[in-house]
Amino acid sequence: MNQNPVFRVVAKILFAPIIMFGLYVQFHGDFGPGGGFQAGVIIAAAFILHALVFGLQAGRKIISARVNLWMMVLGVTIYGAVGIVSMAKGGLFLDYTALTGSVGSGQHIGILVVEFGVGLTVTSVMLALFHAFAGFVEDRAND
Amino acid sequence: MVSLVIDIFLLALLVLIAVMVVRTGRLYAVIVMSGAYSLTSAAIFVNLDAVDVAFTEAAVGAGISTVLFLAAMAYIPADEKPSQNRNFLAGVICIGAGALLLVAVMDLPFLGDAMAPVHQHVAPRYLAESGSALHIPNVVTTVLASYRGFDTLGETIVVFTAGLGVLMLLAGTTRTKRVKTDNRKIAAKTAKPNSAKPKSGPKTARTKA
Repeated sequence: MNQNPVFRVVAKILFAPIIMFGLYVQFHGDFGPGGGFQAGVIIAAAFILHALVFGLQAGRKIISARVNLWMMVLGVTIYGAVGIVSMAKGGLFLDYTALTGSVGSGQHIGILVVEFGVGLTVTSVMLALFHAFAGFVEDRAND
Repeated sequence: MVSLVIDIFLLALLVLIAVMVVRTGRLYAVIVMSGAYSLTSAAIFVNLDAVDVAFTEAAVGAGISTVLFLAAMAYIPADEKPSQNRNFLAGVICIGAGALLLVAVMDLPFLGDAMAPVHQHVAPRYLAESGSALHIPNVVTTVLASYRGFDTLGETIVVFTAGLGVLMLLAGTTRTKRVKTDNRKIAAKTAKPNSAKPKSGPKTARTKA
């Protein structure tokens, strides 16, 4: 917990725009630079900034440890599920064209969903790593 | 010409930072300078028109890695232990390996050489097809998510597994758990001289006390 008003105000102002930028990077990856990995790290950075300024407990109130773990699993599952759906539709594993039958929309939807899975996993893993390291340290400091 | 000057400046900066990292013994300074190293290499990637790679390098290398390193710093002392002995054999091996690498660099194709083998294999097909056949303008995204979808699935699983590993190692020792085990140890210690069976649980120890 940081009592310095400059940190607190800046963190509050920047929190939403950082996530907004992360989402832009996430969903604009087809057209511009970016994608799931970068977006995941940027969104995780917003939550880490929040946790650094307002404390780990406040950060855990937004995304609890249990939800964080499920997000990690869900991201990988979404990625794999796209592959299985494309197989069920008669294509090969991760053949996005088979998702809708046409190249244009199929590739777009496939890449968008897959990148969303990547972003979800990267965000939650980065957050979990930070909380694992920082939380362990806080535990020791309290002993 | 301008891009060449910028490249030389940035590469010189990289060498300078690398030398400073080796020279200093303070680990906080090493972490901050490795962040600066990542940011400088991100600038080099921008200069090479590899914006996606630069993005990743800046976000992961300069951003998250620095924070994670700083968090990990709490486990170790702030200063590096100065080494006492100077191993001449290690120095000879380092210089020899460096010289061999420099010789090997001579065989690499020139920067931006369109005839280099790496640009002759599948890259032309990706560049030609991505916009027209897949209708997605960013070739990096199509290579990453569509052409190499299996690789990216593997990468995501690697990230996931790394997260699980760290959680198992660190998050397993939460405060409440350790307090519980500490109490159990204390209970077992106090129970030992009184009870004949040292293996009896904390419950029996408490009733006897």
